[in-house]
Amino acid sequence: MIRLHRKHYIIFGLVIAAGIFPFLNQNEYWLHILTLSFIWIIAVYGLNLLAGYTGYLSLAHAGFFAIGAYSLGLLTVKTGVNYWAALALSCLITSVIGFLIGLIALRTKEHFFAIYTLCVGYVIYLVIDKWDSLTGGVRGLIGIPAPSNIGPLSFQSSLSQYYLVLFFLLATIFIMYRIVHSLTGRTFIAIRNSEELAKTIGISTMKNKLVVFVLSTFFAGLAGALYASFIRFIGPDIGYTTVIFDLLTYLLVGGIGTMAGPIVGTILIVSVSQSLQFLQDYRMLIFGPLLTLIIIFYPRGIVGLFNEMYMKRRSRKKPRLKKTQTPYTDSEGLQEDRVKEG
Amino acid sequence: MLRLAGLSVAYGSFTAIQAVDIEVQEGELVVLLGSNGAGKSTTFKAISGIEKPCEGDIYFEGKSIVKKSPDRIVKAGIVQCAEGRELFSRMTVSENLVMGAYVHRKQKTEVKNSLSRVYELFPILQEKKSHTAGSLSGGQQQMLAIGRALMAKPKLLMLDEPSIGLAPLIVEQMFEVIQRINNEGTTVLLAEQNANAALKIADRGYVFESGAVVVRGSSQELLTNDDVRKAYIGA
Repeated sequence: MIRLHRKHYIIFGLVIAAGIFPFLNQNEYWLHILTLSFIWIIAVYGLNLLAGYTGYLSLAHAGFFAIGAYSLGLLTVKTGVNYWAALALSCLITSVIGFLIGLIALRTKEHFFAIYTLCVGYVIYLVIDKWDSLTGGVRGLIGIPAPSNIGPLSFQSSLSQYYLVLFFLLATIFIMYRIVHSLTGRTFIAIRNSEELAKTIGISTMKNKLVVFVLSTFFAGLAGALYASFIRFIGPDIGYTTVIFDLLTYLLVGGIGTMAGPIVGTILIVSVSQSLQFLQDYRMLIFGPLLTLIIIFYPRGIVGLFNEMYMKRRSRKKPRLKKTQTPYTDSEGLQEDRVKEG
Repeated sequence: MLRLAGLSVAYGSFTAIQAVDIEVQEGELVVLLGSNGAGKSTTFKAISGIEKPCEGDIYFEGKSIVKKSPDRIVKAGIVQCAEGRELFSRMTVSENLVMGAYVHRKQKTEVKNSLSRVYELFPILQEKKSHTAGSLSGGQQQMLAIGRALMAKPKLLMLDEPSIGLAPLIVEQMFEVIQRINNEGTTVLLAEQNANAALKIADRGYVFESGAVVVRGSSQELLTNDDVRKAYIGA
């Protein structure tokens, strides 16, 4: 219980910090960076549900992000649909395409799944890049409108957009939390543990994998659509493979299969990478080894490291419970998922 | 209740079981004996739909289940408790058990009833319900694996080597529990290497050797069969 309370305080504190950030820091540039980070976090959460909790590493999510962005762009620019309807439709379109791709992709496993989805992602990029008449090809799509007003609420200023994105991010986190801590979430974790074992207790693995795949593309699409209306210009490069590797880096550094990982990883890497802008592409010389070290020593990322430290400290306090008592939240962990003896 | 008719399963060019005929009547406790690699686990996997047979048919309550997916077979009432007590080790004991009732997840009160029944059968699990499954001892893990299988309310419970790697005293307890489950009305199909203990509680048995059934009969017959005694009981 104590842990839960503490956790609630942290969450509460972070929400307030995010809420008052614009007043503490009047710098437009950082507001822009933070808004953008929030959008990435939504996409990373989508990826986390699939790769972290279900164990299916999709490398097609930059493609789904781009589908969401282009859906919104095309719907608002070319057909003039109301922004909010376009936003909902973009998520829907991405999910439907995700469903169709999932039907095929989920028949593969592990690295085959990763390779297959990598190809799917690249095909999506190519389609966007080459289908000039629809997407504008390499020239991209310009003049995407900002979110339209809801009654007296206007979303023209960067401050209001910051809060809009923050709202969607909080909604995403809330939904993720509810999913992960429900039977559905535990079903996903069961599939990650062992698909065969999941089958023997009566879980229809294909159905559940399809559900999680569609959910995760939904969030990728939502992030893409928000990105399009925030940046107001999109080009095919948002669907390029470097984007998925960025997302994956955020997730791995933060902690794959943890609740807070996407936030920690994204904010950290984006801000560090902004501070090191003067190094240009040589930044990767720092990130590459850093990522490698984290994967080797902390496979569950920074959040995993903190969880471990917390558990150690707690077990030192109550040595009697050392081996037996472990908190619920740890069912999120990736290591030693499976007991197999004999 | 369950009938395998000329069942064969192959992994690539290797035939794991060949033309196996097995019958289990309702309420029976039937044991499959055999050494490692004799085909017991493959037979179980074929029944629970994880491995698809290349020949033969499986009938459960008169209907063929060969084409059904594993989750439908669980819904039909056949639940396997896999070998090596595979658990969701990072989940707590009670979470593991609730996962076992996955097919009944909509009937919340039923799940609760099953849960208290399992706790009654294995009081230690109730004591440790909020501990993670990975922190349990071997015997407790096996109890949890059986308990989880019971949560699905099986008509036919398949137990794959529940005594493997357990201390003799625990093995004895385990067989007592299995007999009790059977007496309370669940049909049990048991795969074992521990022939002596298994035949003591079983009604009938089948002996597997390199993928085929070589001997069959009542427990009494098998216990007195010279070949079986030599190979599996060692007396």
